[in-house]
Amino acid sequence: MSLQEELLNAPPAKLQVDHVSKFYVGNRQTVHALDDISLSVGEGEFVCLLGPSGCGKSTLLSLIAGLEFPDSGSLSADGEPITGPGRQRMVMFQEHALFPWLNVTDNVLFGLNLKPHLTTSDRLGVAKAFLEIVGLTPFANSSIHELSGGMKQRVALARALAPNPQVLCMDEPFAALDAMTREQLYDDLQKIQQKRRKTVIFVTHNVREAVCLGDRVLLFTPRPGRIRAEFKVDLPRPRDINDVAVAQLASTITAELKSLLKQSDAS
Amino acid sequence: MNLSRNSPAKGRPPTAKVAIQIIQAVAFFAALIGIWEYGSRSQWWNPVLVPSPLDIGKYVIAKTADGELITACWVTMKRLMLGYIVGIALGIPLGLLTARFKFANNTLGVIALGLQTLPSVCWVPLSLLWFGQSEKAMLFIVVMGTLWAVLLATDHGIRQIPPIYRRAASTMGSSGFHLLWHVLLPASLPHLVSGTKQGWAFAWRSLMAAEIYVTVLTGYGLGHLLHYGRELHAMDQVAAVMLVILLIGFAADKAIFTPWERFLRRRWGLSV
Repeated sequence: MSLQEELLNAPPAKLQVDHVSKFYVGNRQTVHALDDISLSVGEGEFVCLLGPSGCGKSTLLSLIAGLEFPDSGSLSADGEPITGPGRQRMVMFQEHALFPWLNVTDNVLFGLNLKPHLTTSDRLGVAKAFLEIVGLTPFANSSIHELSGGMKQRVALARALAPNPQVLCMDEPFAALDAMTREQLYDDLQKIQQKRRKTVIFVTHNVREAVCLGDRVLLFTPRPGRIRAEFKVDLPRPRDINDVAVAQLASTITAELKSLLKQSDAS
Repeated sequence: MNLSRNSPAKGRPPTAKVAIQIIQAVAFFAALIGIWEYGSRSQWWNPVLVPSPLDIGKYVIAKTADGELITACWVTMKRLMLGYIVGIALGIPLGLLTARFKFANNTLGVIALGLQTLPSVCWVPLSLLWFGQSEKAMLFIVVMGTLWAVLLATDHGIRQIPPIYRRAASTMGSSGFHLLWHVLLPASLPHLVSGTKQGWAFAWRSLMAAEIYVTVLTGYGLGHLLHYGRELHAMDQVAAVMLVILLIGFAADKAIFTPWERFLRRRWGLSV
């Protein structure tokens, strides 16, 4: 395979989640993390899972990534059942999870090195291309600890994109960053999504973030984790998180979330 | 995008500062040796019990010239390296086992924890009875002194790895040996380095105990020179050999571990 071919975007996958339930059995109590969740995500769709902490949204992401398995129900990507983690579905975590013993380029190369049928120079070419996309070319040889929080998340994004996955699973990737850096990354992520369309599952508890980024926002409520409402976001892109239309839709969703939470507290 | 390089200022003082620090240190040691020499000549103490620096220097030069000291260093270093390498070669895999498997941790881990508290000189009687006055006895004592510290450091290092590294690596397709070699071992490197450093210190102490107590015919090491120095009341020999032992320990620290620690600081930053 040539470098040019490798740099072509892999077609995004569609995801299918059917009647998935998940329990965590602890010493004191059993947590019903997900209750009969069904969901389909189209190719290249950007879906935000939104809800308060403990509502199971991160659990669903782990199931889609193949890091954990459901107690009942099934998940599939492009018709293939998900049986474990795989590089077609890359994950970005809240903590950058970069490896401190590798420099920036070697971190981006980590997933690429596990991809067969590539020459060393192709791998390096791909890594460079993605560092360019996230704007970190001057830091190719830096150590991780020399980067700021926002730059670390950019490297993590490049590392996740480099092996050319079909699905990107993002677990509150910007939650630990300051507001200014976060807004910059919303722009970057939208630009990258325009260039290299992926199916994205994005977990967040920030309503505006969900509206700013998502094609669709799914609202979760906890105990047990359920999808309670769904919002399509038809606003033109690129979106600005401070845009009035974004803020309006966000306040509608927030109101809905509050009333749903009140209901589930009452019941 | 305007990104300014925010790497911390490399904390290297200017050359002039370094020069002053070196001069200060040299002056301190020169003064110390000067006072010592003066005290010896002025009979502040019995020169038989505390030999003068000049006498120690004379012994070192004479014994270096006739090869005795060099041979002793060589014999000792050979034993040390062998015991140390065996200790690490056993300690790291066993540490991986105890970190990975509950059963190994509940059995081997307990043994390691217990034996690590045992001063290595306590192995001398047992080792002599098992192996006689031989190189094997020496090796056994050094390995016993090294192994448990390295095992526990490895175990600790693996347990300290943030679980997120394993998750991130597995989503990128890493598993099995690749995961161990490219993620788990490098992630525990800071602990492994401090563990092998501790292992080195234990190996060195054990070997000196072994050489002082175990007389063998297969080569006199520094510990033997120390032992016979005492028997012959040759205090210049005792002091000189102690000095050599100290210098070797110091040099090993600088030569082996300082580069590793510098690498860790460069890569991991100040978090290590």
